[in-house]
Amino acid sequence: MEIFGLSSSALLSQLLLGLVNGSFYAILSLGLAVIFGLLNVINFSHGAMFMLGAIVTWMAGQYFGINYWVMLLLSPIVVGLVGIVIERLLLRHLYQLDHLYGLLLTFGLTLFIEGVLRSIYGASGLAYSAPELLSGSTDLGFMVLPNYRAWVVFSSLTVCFATWYVIEKTSIGAYLRAGTENPKLVQAFGVNFPLMTTLTYGFGVALAAFSGVLAAPIIQVSPLMGSNLIIVVFAVVVIGGMGSIMGSIITGLGLGLIEGLTKVFYPQASSTVVFAIMVIVLLFRPAGLFGREK
Amino acid sequence: MKRTLISLAVAALAAVSGGVGAADQAPVKIGFITDMSGLYADIDGQGGLEAIKMAVADFGGTVLGKKIEIVSADHQNKADIAASKTREWVDQDGVTVIFGGTNSGTALATAKVAAEKKRIYINNGAGTSALTNEQCSPYTIHYTYDTIALANGSAKGMMDKGLKTWYFLTADYAFGYALEKDATNVINASGGKVLGTSKHPLNASDFSSYLLQAQNSKAQVLGLANAGGDTINSVKAANEFGITKTMKIAGLLVFITDVHAIGIKNAQGLLATEAWYWDQSDQSRKFAGRFMEKMKRMPSMVQAGNYSSTMTYLNAVKAAGTDDSDKVMAQMRKTKINDMFTKNGYIRKDGTMVHDMYLFEVKTPSEVKSPWDYYKLVSTLSGEKAFTIPPDSKCALLNK
Repeated sequence: MEIFGLSSSALLSQLLLGLVNGSFYAILSLGLAVIFGLLNVINFSHGAMFMLGAIVTWMAGQYFGINYWVMLLLSPIVVGLVGIVIERLLLRHLYQLDHLYGLLLTFGLTLFIEGVLRSIYGASGLAYSAPELLSGSTDLGFMVLPNYRAWVVFSSLTVCFATWYVIEKTSIGAYLRAGTENPKLVQAFGVNFPLMTTLTYGFGVALAAFSGVLAAPIIQVSPLMGSNLIIVVFAVVVIGGMGSIMGSIITGLGLGLIEGLTKVFYPQASSTVVFAIMVIVLLFRPAGLFGREK
Repeated sequence: MKRTLISLAVAALAAVSGGVGAADQAPVKIGFITDMSGLYADIDGQGGLEAIKMAVADFGGTVLGKKIEIVSADHQNKADIAASKTREWVDQDGVTVIFGGTNSGTALATAKVAAEKKRIYINNGAGTSALTNEQCSPYTIHYTYDTIALANGSAKGMMDKGLKTWYFLTADYAFGYALEKDATNVINASGGKVLGTSKHPLNASDFSSYLLQAQNSKAQVLGLANAGGDTINSVKAANEFGITKTMKIAGLLVFITDVHAIGIKNAQGLLATEAWYWDQSDQSRKFAGRFMEKMKRMPSMVQAGNYSSTMTYLNAVKAAGTDDSDKVMAQMRKTKINDMFTKNGYIRKDGTMVHDMYLFEVKTPSEVKSPWDYYKLVSTLSGEKAFTIPPDSKCALLNK
């Protein structure tokens, strides 16, 4: 069977690869959405945190012989702690000011972190191999899919939906959502709101680090790996609607698929298609597909 | 500010009395512009700057009694930055000669400004053969390699192995196009066929989609018409998707720094065309050792080219007795280059530095004896066979 002059198996395989990339977009934009929702901070250092997640994983393997599975848990914790320090020391002072200040601070942090790591490790990056258990590949009939890629989709979707569940369906999530609406009132009910924002930032950053660990065996671990991705992820968040949890997950996956298709029909546009969609969405729904106008 | 001004005067410049005007007292100023922070930074970047500094220091820090200064800048892979920086250097800072590094887009832009300002432009890092062909200039020298030489090395090497059908993964800008075009010419001329091409944006992170298309084409060779970080991620993904089992990968431009970054396990068997390898002679090993001490990595051919071309330029200034662009160019054209970089190299009228090129194959993990011991020599191409042959050139300077 042929669709647009392309065999259906080729099309299916491209969609599947799009889904893999979409999982990265979903989990990264989810972190951004969580942070923006509660802290009103546009976290431009998200790409750097993604990169830190990967590079910490590489370092642990290289210097301490700690394997991938341990790092899958440990790396987000380490980077999450870095995030907590950043929030306590720096971001905290900017909440009263315009969004722009938070953006500038986090952008500056990105340049700093990337610059330092580049001077140590160089720009061409470091190689990290997938764990033994996932190193093979499976023949799906229409394509041969490396097992590791399947794992990426599975684990990031699990984390995404777990996050969604916690925020939308549990009492902790209820506090979070209430804090987004009216922080003063939540505090009046005896909730330690400053602690909540700190932990939320730490968690958002940990999500970025988690996807960094997932990416390490796929793309070269390099100080620049985050900045290549972050702009697209921002577009994803804008399309989905700032602060919308489910919106960022669905948009992330959807745009991964659309990008995958673009790579088949007109590869040159694959880096632009997301932005074209962003423009169209902003024209018709300025708050994003899933966002609410405040 | 990214611009750093490094004064390298070793000897203090004593006031020279009598007959020497103030204008002659101006230092010889070398401007070096390259990708200092992006995906090509390891190929050239700070290491390239270090190589130029080493050359200036080895030369003695002065020429014709003037001190030699170096200024450097990061063009961030943007042609407009490269052009405006060059203009500023020449107009305001009195830069005498411009050395250009990686990225063909920026190189073509710089060459244009340099020609307009009548300043010598020596490029070591960019690939595009247009620098000495369609867009050649009497002030441009393309020193280390070009896309024609790469095609004659790697593409020819594959054809000689009987692998005739190709699929290209091409970086979507001047360099990628030039490399693909030049390789295609070689392939067609020796009875091969290109079955398809995927053009990917510069600095792409995911190559799986293109690789799948390549696999579906059933071509025998996957030609990588990209460089640096893009080549690294292409090879990595090709291994992951098992493409290396059905297709042979020809990295049309692979640097030793890329092989190091990919890791020997994934890089083994790759063919690479290079102008220079650190382990090729006693002289090259000596230079590499000194470089290693400073940069903690082995020099790429581009960085070695930076050293060699700086020496070539300074020697020519000394021999010509002036830093006047036309006279120095004439001097450089009539002098053979014999140093740690090449033997009997010469600069042709179109600006090509004609010298031997080498086709290497990346060793298997068991063949590697020491760090950075990556290559075994497959064949040597003489400069006349590697670079554009005059009848094929569109450069008016060459055929008049």
